[in-house]
Amino acid sequence: MAVTVKLPTILRKHAGGEATVDVEGATLRELLANLESTYPGITKNVLTEDGALHRFINVYVNDEDVRYLGSLETPLKDGDTVSLLPAVAGGRA
Amino acid sequence: MAELDEGLYAEIVAQGLREFPNECCGLIAANGDGRPVKVFPMRNADASPVTYRLDGREQLRAFEEMEANDWELWAIYHSHTHSEAYPSETDVRLAFYPEARYIVLSLADRERPVVRSFFIRDGEVQEEELTIR
Repeated sequence: MAVTVKLPTILRKHAGGEATVDVEGATLRELLANLESTYPGITKNVLTEDGALHRFINVYVNDEDVRYLGSLETPLKDGDTVSLLPAVAGGRA
Repeated sequence: MAELDEGLYAEIVAQGLREFPNECCGLIAANGDGRPVKVFPMRNADASPVTYRLDGREQLRAFEEMEANDWELWAIYHSHTHSEAYPSETDVRLAFYPEARYIVLSLADRERPVVRSFFIRDGEVQEEELTIR
């Protein structure tokens, strides 16, 4: 079951420069684990040390924010597109 | 050296003044020749005078519009309403787009906006000359 993952520029160095990769996974959690085992280091800034989604990464499944879908337990199906989009943020604090 | 059209720059300054004292933020897209063609003024989801964060959904839509037009992300901009036009420590820590320049607009003196441009890569800040014309 292949899901297309769209990678931001900052993560492409882990995937040989590819902008999109196909990865298996029935849930987002499974997909990210498979992504990490194929491309070691790629989820270092996507997941926290506790295994939660990092605050500064937005994840979309077919344009829907996974925070409203079920977060890491969001179910995935063949042909879905997962977009990893780092936040654009900053400030003095 | 980077060049930004006066009209596009005026859009950013107008947004910054409109949203003052909160920080304003947005994206600038360039066409295939690397020429900036469109400003995407974005909502500051933090609505704060000291931080900014693009609304995730608006960000996604802007990125999709760029992709559909074969544009690239040319710059990420935000305003500093009480400090100089230089990236803060947080700006550097949260710079996740090495391919884009970070443009900081200082409105510390609203009569005299100051704009500067930087690349932020691996925690290193490198200024580039920015010409408005």
